[in-house]
Amino acid sequence: MSTLLVSHLAKRFDSFEALRDINLTLQTGEFVALVGASGCGKSTLLRIIGGLETRTSGGLEIDGTPITGPGRDRAMVFQDYSLYPWLSVMENVRFCRTLKSFAKDQSQAAVGAAIRRANLLIDLMGLARVRDARPDQLSGGMRQRVAIARALMAQPEFLLMDEPFGALDTQTREVMHDLILHVKDIERSAILFVTHDVEEAVYLADRVVVLAPNPGHIDSVWDIPLPPRTQDLKLAPEFLHYKREITQRIRATSGMVSDRATLEALAGG
Amino acid sequence: MASFALLLGAWWAVAASGAVDPLFLPGPVAVAAQAYQWATQDNLLADTGISIYRVMAGFALSAVMAVPLGLYIGAYRPVRAFFEPLMEFSRYLPAVAFVPLVLLWAGIGESSKIALIWLGTFFQMVLMISEDVSRVPLSQIEAARTLGATNGEVVHKVLLRSAMPSMFDTLRLTLGFAWTYLVVAELVAANSGLGYAILQAQRFLQTDRIFVGIITIGLIGLVTDQSLRFLHRRLFPWAKK
Repeated sequence: MSTLLVSHLAKRFDSFEALRDINLTLQTGEFVALVGASGCGKSTLLRIIGGLETRTSGGLEIDGTPITGPGRDRAMVFQDYSLYPWLSVMENVRFCRTLKSFAKDQSQAAVGAAIRRANLLIDLMGLARVRDARPDQLSGGMRQRVAIARALMAQPEFLLMDEPFGALDTQTREVMHDLILHVKDIERSAILFVTHDVEEAVYLADRVVVLAPNPGHIDSVWDIPLPPRTQDLKLAPEFLHYKREITQRIRATSGMVSDRATLEALAGG
Repeated sequence: MASFALLLGAWWAVAASGAVDPLFLPGPVAVAAQAYQWATQDNLLADTGISIYRVMAGFALSAVMAVPLGLYIGAYRPVRAFFEPLMEFSRYLPAVAFVPLVLLWAGIGESSKIALIWLGTFFQMVLMISEDVSRVPLSQIEAARTLGATNGEVVHKVLLRSAMPSMFDTLRLTLGFAWTYLVVAELVAANSGLGYAILQAQRFLQTDRIFVGIITIGLIGLVTDQSLRFLHRRLFPWAKK
């Protein structure tokens, strides 16, 4: 059981205030989605938690230990897959096992366990047929499966996903949604998921955090106490209720209202 | 292939028309005859061999120094900040202008030719290799770091591997530069090699022999370039152009 704690976190890029007073907790077994209009800093927040960006002020710790940089306890999945094209699917999945921090334990038991885990992840992600293929021979959806398997191979406490399905078509996304929920049931990693798609957020997450821009801050937090997800649920009234409420919050915070006023002024003039 | 046929046809037509004195532009047949004579009676093979040896020695010396240096310049910002101004400066120094200096330092032995080829290729190579490394997608690096890779592991397991196809292309390009500097070196300070043979031929107004020398260098370049391209496709099948 691990807890990620973000407290009063702020981020500035020179004179631009990207994030202000962010407070967030994430515990083992949870699935939290970060949504918000573009420019609200949701990806920046994820990258700070991943250790890929520094924070300007505020606390960021896991079980009391401050985060100072990237680490294998927080594996990340990116929108553009970021696979290693010179490695096969299986070699990509096993990539972290070639790093010193994992290779320390070369006992037969550890190596055997790693091989079993890699095979399990390959099966879990539906990659058995393409395990020896190269990433460039795969479709976008399959590549993202490899990237997720590669991240899970490190057995991270927290899986950080930065708009992972943003580049996929709708049908592939639906398949990936059910797959990632399946992964969540089997793996113990907590998942922090950045998306601009409210439906995706409500479908996947136990909790949806709405960020608002100028500067990026938490607008509202929504617990989603919906029954186990099936695709039909996306049409159920209670699902649509959350989708509508959250979408309206994002609209209200994104400055679209003033855009409309500007447009009307232009049309009138 | 068609372009070669066209060039050959045009050359033959101009030479056969008699518009140009054969002393300045010998026809393809005369050049072929000269090539046969040079190859059978003189020492075309030996001249070619020594030239290839010099190019390869100078080029290899450049490559073994430039690849690691370029890799670290591309990988680490402080290393880049330290070396880049020097490299930019050196890149604009004309290697040919170093010929007198190289002769003073290294004499007229093999080392002076190799040194000149090194001068002509090394700085370009470092700069191009470091560019190759800095074009590695950031997300490949970041994915490795969030999986627990150390800086050294990022350099060797991601940057080097990811940049390898474009580094290979850089080496292929700079090998072409090496031939240019070889001819310069052999024109001014040698008593063997294709460049020297071309200079000798000029002295005796053997224009056909100059042509043979130039075409030989061109053919060597063509063959190595095509073989390296082929090798590239076999070694790095994932690298699409």
